[in-house]
Amino acid sequence: MSAAAPMTSPVLPSLPADRLTRGLLVPAAAVAVLAVAAPFLGGYASDLVVKVMILAIFALSLELLVGMTGLVSLGHAAFYGIGAYVTVLASGDEGGNLLVLLVASMGLAALYALVVGALSLRTKGVYFIMVTLAFAQMAFFVFHDTPVGGGSDGIYLYVRPAIGPIDLENRLTLFYVVLAALAGTYGLLALIRRSRFGAALAGIRVSEQRMRAVGFPTYFYKLAAFVIAGALAGLAGCLVAARDGVVNPELLAWHNSGEVLLMIILGGLGHLRGAVLGAVAFTLLKELLSTHALVGPLADHWQLSLGLVIIAFVAWLPRGLIGLVQRISPEGSR
Amino acid sequence: MDFGTFLVQCLNSVQYGLLLFLLASGLTLIFGIMGVINLAHGSFYMIGAYMAFSLSPLFGDSFLLMLLAGVALAAVLGYLLEWAFFSYLYQRDHLQQVLMTYGLILVFEELRSILVGNDVHGVPVPAWLDGSFALGGVMSYPWYRLFASAACIVLAIAMYAVVNRTRLGMMIRAGASNRDMVRGLGIDIRRLYRIVFAGGVALAALAGMISAPMSSVYPNMGASVLIICFVVVVIGGIGSITGALVASLLVGFVDTFGKVFFSEISGIGIYLLMAAVLIWRPEGLMGRKT
Amino acid sequence: MSGNADALLKVDGLTRRFGGLVAVGSVSLDLRVGEVHAVIGTNGAGKSTLINMLSGEIAASEGRIALERSDITALAQPRRALAGVGRSYQRNTIFAEFTVLENCRLAAQAATPRPWAFWESAARCAASNQAAHEAMEAAGLTAEAQRIAGTMSHGAKRQLEVAMCLATRPRVLLLDEPLAGMGAEETERMLALLSRLKASHAILLVEHDMDAVFRIADRITVMVNGTVIATGAPESIRTNPEVRTAYLGDEVPA
Repeated sequence: MSAAAPMTSPVLPSLPADRLTRGLLVPAAAVAVLAVAAPFLGGYASDLVVKVMILAIFALSLELLVGMTGLVSLGHAAFYGIGAYVTVLASGDEGGNLLVLLVASMGLAALYALVVGALSLRTKGVYFIMVTLAFAQMAFFVFHDTPVGGGSDGIYLYVRPAIGPIDLENRLTLFYVVLAALAGTYGLLALIRRSRFGAALAGIRVSEQRMRAVGFPTYFYKLAAFVIAGALAGLAGCLVAARDGVVNPELLAWHNSGEVLLMIILGGLGHLRGAVLGAVAFTLLKELLSTHALVGPLADHWQLSLGLVIIAFVAWLPRGLIGLVQRISPEGSR
Repeated sequence: MDFGTFLVQCLNSVQYGLLLFLLASGLTLIFGIMGVINLAHGSFYMIGAYMAFSLSPLFGDSFLLMLLAGVALAAVLGYLLEWAFFSYLYQRDHLQQVLMTYGLILVFEELRSILVGNDVHGVPVPAWLDGSFALGGVMSYPWYRLFASAACIVLAIAMYAVVNRTRLGMMIRAGASNRDMVRGLGIDIRRLYRIVFAGGVALAALAGMISAPMSSVYPNMGASVLIICFVVVVIGGIGSITGALVASLLVGFVDTFGKVFFSEISGIGIYLLMAAVLIWRPEGLMGRKT
Repeated sequence: MSGNADALLKVDGLTRRFGGLVAVGSVSLDLRVGEVHAVIGTNGAGKSTLINMLSGEIAASEGRIALERSDITALAQPRRALAGVGRSYQRNTIFAEFTVLENCRLAAQAATPRPWAFWESAARCAASNQAAHEAMEAAGLTAEAQRIAGTMSHGAKRQLEVAMCLATRPRVLLLDEPLAGMGAEETERMLALLSRLKASHAILLVEHDMDAVFRIADRITVMVNGTVIATGAPESIRTNPEVRTAYLGDEVPA
């Protein structure tokens, strides 16, 4: 195995406005295709696509932290899980107002991110990774051991959220709401990336020392990125609670934090498309590895296969699928 | 709480802390010297525990012999693992190390599942360590737990002796502060790393073996202990063995007494401790201020 | 010496202790516009610690730093930079993967951060672009504006390192071994740059290249073991017996 190139973003913050629209062309087309196809998808397919879209939002939220700012967090599932639990807990027996639940989920996830971020960002590098993992584990214990979270079995969502005519009990409506959330998240991050805030984050990722030397209060920029990422993860959490109708502490488990990290590497770090692609690829991968028809008896031990695939992938394709595409056709890199 | 109970809990805290120390020192050594963050460190603990489970029927009451055998096996495993896998991680950034060792955890857990199954197992305490002794008239304390603490203390002293009094230890300390210089002096740094890594794995496995009769052997035991290990390293300061000792004991006390007083929420006690350290001294209690 | 006789940056009794070790012991100096004030000394003399205290990266144990009569001793580095203290590093801290223009523009952005305006494009920030072009011009890098910084020659990278300091229009420049690793031609270019910058900035120069120091400096401070043993015009430093002893007579050009 050769020493891989560092996993920093090759994508620069300097996309002028027309590059922004050009860069959004393909994602916009994808959204359009999904929107049109939605009514024709069967129950299973629709559920799967919604699941992947929610994971894509989750992955995009982490991309802001890892890919854009260079902060490797191993505890991102905490905000995802908090968003999910808040949605269920605040829904009560009659179901809740979708807008209120979204705000509450994202707000409380952002609040925890503020506290965790403020403390974790006092450390760097490996320390930071360990601390974020620890704080996520703390949140896990709160939901796992205390009556708040209904214990290890979790809690059921009796009625899905709704607002006016938009009722998430309707499968098609849920699809469109999740699609809109994904499009909104992607668009927001694209704007952030080309904004001054995004440029500053990129600078912090590449050379924080230089950023401080010219006058950026880097701690606050990093904290802001951490909180926004937490809020967006909370958004994904709210939607997954609505989709699944149940939440359990495993949503905050460190395996979940590891998996979302994996997704953005799989797709390609430093690209918004990469996060989405990674969510799709990872879901597919897990499905394939546990399908008897494809891998025979190994399907029962899909964790083994997954572990080996992860190792091989990071070793040989550290730039992810997008990196692979770029190697084949280098025109799309800048 | 009467004095007897208090004493028992103190002894438990120390015993737990010392075991954590064994694990944390392996982790901090590997990171401090080779610059690798290893999520699979908890898996070595798990492997040690399952080794105890598998070897116990063979060795019966020859517990010390079994520990020796286990350590030897673990060291060999560590040596091979470094050669086949970990040596490739040194050049990579932390993110890649995190992911690759995460993959390794999945591999180990699944292999364990295939080879030994998913049941929870007990490991018998050897006869000569069985039973308890009287403590303060009313309470009794298990001999085995005392043995566990004693074993950890012996190992800690041995580690100190090796790192500070032997040529190997000198090379380790030199390698920790200046890798290139050590290489330039003609010391085979690769073999040094391999030995250090094997040592770290052996320590973790030993901790697992010693723990096994007390905590039983169950799937995912590696994961929970790993995160606590991380907390210890953050509190103590990376690269500091003394810091790891102080932090381990602190965590041992907070966790043990936390469980006694606030049984429901006890799990989060050590994280609150970590948060407090981050507020007060983010580089760790004995970490170097950068 | 030329121009403004009032010191722009005044350093008074600056001290830094690490446990029992006194890395910098009661150093006083001042920087004036129109002047290059060089700080020289053997290794371990405390020059790095001094410059780190001036830029705000290390806190001082004792002493005072004043920028135009405002006490900036307690200011953290980012605030100090915005107040007008720029710093270049011994090892490049440029953004290798961005273009030269992007490097300077990002540096300049610190003055007009507007982090909440997420709908606005950073690349189109008029103020940042303007300042970036000025900085590139001053550093002589305009021709390389679209070049990826990491692909330039070492000398050009060091010039960019200095240019990035200029992007926020500081008045004080703390330059940490800008000539590090440079050949003769690159050194000439850098010295020409420093001469141009001298007129409108107060420059502190930490350097090991003695020939260059004696050519460009208007005043020299010599540090040994954390304290100042001599300060003055190059000629007086050159002939100072204590300085000659400290350097064993070898490095100071005759």
